[in-house]
Amino acid sequence: MGNTKSSKPKKSNIGFLSSVFAIIIGLLVGLVILFICNPAQALPGFLTILTGSFTHGARGVGQIFYYATPIILTGLSVGFAFKTGLFNIGAPGQYMVGSLGAVAIGILGEGLGPIHWVVALAGGMAMGAVWGAVPGILKAYFNVNEVIASIMMNYIGMYLSNWVVKSTPALFNTLRNESKNVAVTANLPKAGFDKIFEGSSLNAGFIVAILAVIIIWVLLYKTKFGYELQACGFNRFASKYAGINEKKNIMMAMVIAGAISGLAGAIVMLAGSGAHITVKDAIAQEGFTGIAVALLGLSHPVGVFLAGIFIAYLTAGGFYLQLFQFSTEIIDIIVAVIIYFSAFALFVKIMIDKFSKKKEMKEPGESSASEKGGER
Amino acid sequence: MENIKQTTETKKDDNYVVEMLNITKVFPGIIANDDVTIRLRQGEILALLGENGAGKSTLMSVLFGLYQPEKGIIKVRGKEVKINGPLDANALGIGMVHQHFKLVDNFTVLQNIVLGMETTKGGLLKMDDARKKVLELSERYNLRIDPDAKIEDITVGQQQRVEILKMLYRDNEIMIFDEPTAVLTPQEIDELMLIMKNLIKEGKSILFITHKLNEIKAVADRCAVLRRGKYIGTIDVASTSKEEMSEMMVGRKVELTIEKKPANPGKTILEVDDLTVAAGLKGHKKNVVDNVSFKVRAGEIVCIAGIDGNGQSELISAISGIGPMHNGRISINGEDMTKKSIRYKNTHGLSHIPEDRQKYGLVLDYNLAYNAVLQQYFEPQFSNGIFLNMDAIYKYSDELIKNYDIRSGEGSATITRSMSGGNQQKVIVARENTRPHDILLAVQPTRGLDVGAIEYIHKELVKERDAGKAILLVSLELDEVRNLADRILVIYEGKIVAELDPDKVSNQEIGLYMSGSKRQAVIGEGEDAPSGVMAVKKGGEN
Repeated sequence: MGNTKSSKPKKSNIGFLSSVFAIIIGLLVGLVILFICNPAQALPGFLTILTGSFTHGARGVGQIFYYATPIILTGLSVGFAFKTGLFNIGAPGQYMVGSLGAVAIGILGEGLGPIHWVVALAGGMAMGAVWGAVPGILKAYFNVNEVIASIMMNYIGMYLSNWVVKSTPALFNTLRNESKNVAVTANLPKAGFDKIFEGSSLNAGFIVAILAVIIIWVLLYKTKFGYELQACGFNRFASKYAGINEKKNIMMAMVIAGAISGLAGAIVMLAGSGAHITVKDAIAQEGFTGIAVALLGLSHPVGVFLAGIFIAYLTAGGFYLQLFQFSTEIIDIIVAVIIYFSAFALFVKIMIDKFSKKKEMKEPGESSASEKGGER
Repeated sequence: MENIKQTTETKKDDNYVVEMLNITKVFPGIIANDDVTIRLRQGEILALLGENGAGKSTLMSVLFGLYQPEKGIIKVRGKEVKINGPLDANALGIGMVHQHFKLVDNFTVLQNIVLGMETTKGGLLKMDDARKKVLELSERYNLRIDPDAKIEDITVGQQQRVEILKMLYRDNEIMIFDEPTAVLTPQEIDELMLIMKNLIKEGKSILFITHKLNEIKAVADRCAVLRRGKYIGTIDVASTSKEEMSEMMVGRKVELTIEKKPANPGKTILEVDDLTVAAGLKGHKKNVVDNVSFKVRAGEIVCIAGIDGNGQSELISAISGIGPMHNGRISINGEDMTKKSIRYKNTHGLSHIPEDRQKYGLVLDYNLAYNAVLQQYFEPQFSNGIFLNMDAIYKYSDELIKNYDIRSGEGSATITRSMSGGNQQKVIVARENTRPHDILLAVQPTRGLDVGAIEYIHKELVKERDAGKAILLVSLELDEVRNLADRILVIYEGKIVAELDPDKVSNQEIGLYMSGSKRQAVIGEGEDAPSGVMAVKKGGEN
């Protein structure tokens, strides 16, 4: 952050360590669960979780990135909102309407030619942005809790996309009870990934996700807008005192968060690897996983990126647990435990902070100590 | 320790119900209570008098077991006790009416009174017995109240009665009132005084925390005075004048007096007309700020003196824009600012050292550099288009650090949360003094700081004045008022009750105005009170 001095190496170290701590504990608990289910197969099963995703070499690695793409984005969406003091639990809804927008444009917009996929992505983002804007406006101007409003928007988004898909013959595949395939022009380009990671479904969506991470990082830490957004998140009283328009910032934060989640949905639908909007009463899993990713990544864009890849890696490895007669749900439990402990890790971090602060305060001695904290 | 034994033995016949002996409580960097001894007799009202931060609350927290003292012992009815928490205190018959009531808003009076002490039978509530007891108590102590009214529907004065009934319901014999009149209207205060006298008649003992001298005179038997954590003495109220008490409370002049030349005021910078802020809380009827008008000119320090909670915070919030304003007009440099945004004021001549430096003054999780440009980050000086100009921001912040001797672990990159209170305040003072402005609002700029930092900030403020800035200072400390003010406006219950010349008025006299014992003829209405010249009218005793 600084031009001469590095600003907070100490702090980020503690954060990173707490995430690693969470991962280790989570994996250990996973091992215990494996032992309880089937002691004989526990160790090989555990090894499979760690190495499974590499069994198919480059293809496996490509699949990790492919699975990671949407959850990096939903994680980025939730993490970004966290940074501005908001809890965007609406990521699933934004993801679903983003999917809907992308699918609709992907099927109906065939005349668009080479920019078709770009327009479809943008359409998904726009839908997500609208879905984020509603709770944002409600929060900013009517003081409605964004968590409640977002959850409602999740259900509205789910039923809306079911209804639109089902009632629009051009979109609906009656045989499979899901949306039709998008046009070939709407599929995301492979961007050479099909050569590097042969056989994987990885596509340009991963590059879009990386771009999003970079853009959000720059936005948060390098721009005036990011300064305002974070100031509101850290201390809205001081922001008000500083003359920052808090309401506008709350709204914009939710719009941006919604757009990112919408983008995630669009990328999955346009991957050309068999994803469709299935008409069923279930809220998109990728959205909730985003919350986990954001927590594990401590809401920092780079942390979110790594956490997304890590969780995708575990999920991919966990798929092979079936070889050892374990159900794949075990891997979900392990991921859940990791998230659980990342919350504890946050607690541990706070304790470390408190401890070091106490030490600092005691050092200067008793006489007019408050003035002498810190070096000359 | 031997001394204590002696004194308690010799005064055994005094029949003390609570004795706090030689209590010392230290927080990091500050001694909140330094060898404090207070004794409460059976059936008396003992007032505990002291300025803000004198250690009254800490002492009470020690009595309630919220803090454990480093030194000293507590005796209740002659027996040494160890109090580990409010429950222990309650078991010893000690109850407290907090300054901010601890009531459940959407519960009824009765439900609030029995809360935590519900009588049950087989797991079911038996409210009838409780109702009978509450009605009996309210009859006996003349505390009229509707047991079925909801708390949110009754006035603050009635809510306080509920708090008193809560103590009575729990058979508390020792009652602590923590600044109970701060939220009451004068009529409600009179009623409370009567209630307190009734309680004494029934054999209760009361510890009355306040800094309003009139109230002490009205009800208290004796008065213990604390100043800056130290125990000054206990006096007999009847034989001590208010002037003497305020002198004990405020103390002699602090060693640091700033040398300052007479003011040389120029044109009017800030003008406030008929500013009114209505009460924000339910049940409060009076205006928090009531029709206040004044001017601040370039090159002078106008100080608003008053006891905490008399509307000064709300007044400043209204001027700066962070709080509501219900009537009136504000102008800066002749431009009407009444309806302007905070940012507009910030960029058009207003600087503001806020009362609560951690809540308003700083984004604690931002580093020092980011905080240094809190109101200016968007200006061309500190930005390139949509981007922040980090080099410029850090350079500017390094300059502030140098000019104001701000001490921190990692310079501009230090997260302000990790800095000491004094240095946090210096960041704010540096920022507000350095950025372009004509009027500086400084609210308790030295609260909680040690002597060195106070002196430093005082010097900076005088320097500002001499540079031709207008300064509106709000302070609760008489010493600070005397040290800095070129004119003193005394605020009491939301009204400006006096305009004084610091060179012609004694501390005691200011104290009398601050506590509402004295009131100047309303400026403009007085016989010969042209602006600036004082027509001090004596009298106005309650």
